[in-house]
Amino acid sequence: MPVEIDIEHVARLARLGLTPEELERFREQLGMILEHAERVTEVAAEDVPPTAHPLPSSNVFRPDEPRDGLGREDALANAPDREGDFFKVPPIVEEAE
Amino acid sequence: MTELCDLAGHELAARLRSGEASALDAVESSLARIEATEPEVSAFLARSADDAREQARTIDERIAAGDDLPAVAGIPLALKDVLTTRGVTTTCGSRILETYVPPYDCTVWARLKEAGSMLVGKTNCDEFAMGSSNENSAFGPVHNPWDLTRVPGGSSGGSAAAVAAGQATWALGTDTGGSVRQPAALTGVVGMKPTYGRPSRYGLIAFASSLDTVSTFTRDVRDAATLLSAIVGHDPLDATSIQRPPEDYTDGLEGGVEGLRIGVLRDWLGEGVEPGVRARTEEAIGRLENLGAKIGEATLPHADYALSAYYLIAPAECSSNLARYDGVRYGHRAEGANVIEMMMRTRGEGFGDEVKRRIMLGTYALSAGYYEAYYGQAQKVRTLVLRDFEAAWEEFDLLLSPTSPTVAFPIGAKADDPLAMYLSDVYTIPANLAGTPAISVPCGLDDQGLPVGLQLMGRALDEATVLRAAHAFEQDLGFDARPPLLQELTS
Repeated sequence: MPVEIDIEHVARLARLGLTPEELERFREQLGMILEHAERVTEVAAEDVPPTAHPLPSSNVFRPDEPRDGLGREDALANAPDREGDFFKVPPIVEEAE
Repeated sequence: MTELCDLAGHELAARLRSGEASALDAVESSLARIEATEPEVSAFLARSADDAREQARTIDERIAAGDDLPAVAGIPLALKDVLTTRGVTTTCGSRILETYVPPYDCTVWARLKEAGSMLVGKTNCDEFAMGSSNENSAFGPVHNPWDLTRVPGGSSGGSAAAVAAGQATWALGTDTGGSVRQPAALTGVVGMKPTYGRPSRYGLIAFASSLDTVSTFTRDVRDAATLLSAIVGHDPLDATSIQRPPEDYTDGLEGGVEGLRIGVLRDWLGEGVEPGVRARTEEAIGRLENLGAKIGEATLPHADYALSAYYLIAPAECSSNLARYDGVRYGHRAEGANVIEMMMRTRGEGFGDEVKRRIMLGTYALSAGYYEAYYGQAQKVRTLVLRDFEAAWEEFDLLLSPTSPTVAFPIGAKADDPLAMYLSDVYTIPANLAGTPAISVPCGLDDQGLPVGLQLMGRALDEATVLRAAHAFEQDLGFDARPPLLQELTS
């Protein structure tokens, strides 16, 4: 059975502006893909630990030595919009009436 | 006469050292081949001819001065367009990064540049390395030099086609679920994925961080050993990079396969495998046995679930990694009355279908109420796949299978069926989940004249055995077929 998904909710979580046609297509396709992916739930694995990474490694430390980072102009060079030394974005908080 | 751009890297290196050819000759040969074949192949998204010529002149001066040069010096290289190159656009095959010019080099390119490598251009790929056919590039598909109506495989299709067509002597790609081995198989070149974490991921624009592995495309196995040796080794800029110094994989390459225990994954030679792929694989097994390898039957019992686990884990990591494309710091930005509207429109306009599909899939698999059932369970299955490999290594030194169940398929054949496309990676994904090294080496042509790849997988950090066996096989087979495109060109 294809999996039923609240596709508008997922698109909102993902911050993806999708057209009605895309929403419908992805609802159908994701349902089919998840039906296949759901096969992982058939595997008995209650007491199996998860693997997040293929090779065992614990915290990795390096000497805390200062070094040059990306320069300000380099960091801003690809900005779609800037004001002085800042990235500029549309309003985040609506102004009170 | 063989043109310089058709030589293997080690053959070209010998000519540079003997003075028969200069590095500039080598670059000009590659650039001429790009000019001649690019209208049909479309392997490149950006070319860097002037930089390559400049690098060549420097190498030639060093040769004239009698410098002892690294093995990769003076060899024309192409890089998949997900690897950042300072000052050269890096698009990931996506509209959202169409104008992005990185302010820094990825570590693997920084190392190769330092060693005298010459970059001829950035290669086309599936958008953000998501795909198995290169049809998901926002800038059009790549055409397979063996049959221009077919895909080169993906996601590193441009790098594969460039090496197959002689546009570059060798190239780097990235292998997350088979994205180097599968296109190598479909274009008749050698594709080598090292152990996860062996080459640095710094500057590899992330798709799925626990799987992404910089990997090589070369004309032969000796070149794979050479190129790989130049890019591995610990990098403090990548916390997942393995704390081990580089090693020279060409040492012991001639050791042969006498006594090596090779486990054949028989289950992978049954249903769903094309007859031509099965026939060439069976012949390869016979050849390795004749060379003295001990052939047995191996199984990875949870491999059936590996594909399902992968298509939860990789999209989950993708949805998280690609959250950074928000129209603020780099890339495309759409208009919007407020920041949320701007971000939604930016991402809706900037990403293509497959990337949107995977972001949605990953977001769903990580969302409240589904996390344990999908992502958590997939990570447990990953553990079981790892244990399958551990058990196999008790009996065998290497595992053998076809690289891909099919040869190159026609452009458009699977474009509307994402699930069918995902199945292209069924034999390559387990090595990514387990992080083990794996190679695809050409093992002949099917009856349509299309290349077939043989996959050999080895223990983590045992690249040497994988390369040694692949080299022995390659020498014995003597595969020297050339794409029809090149036969026309040089006849």
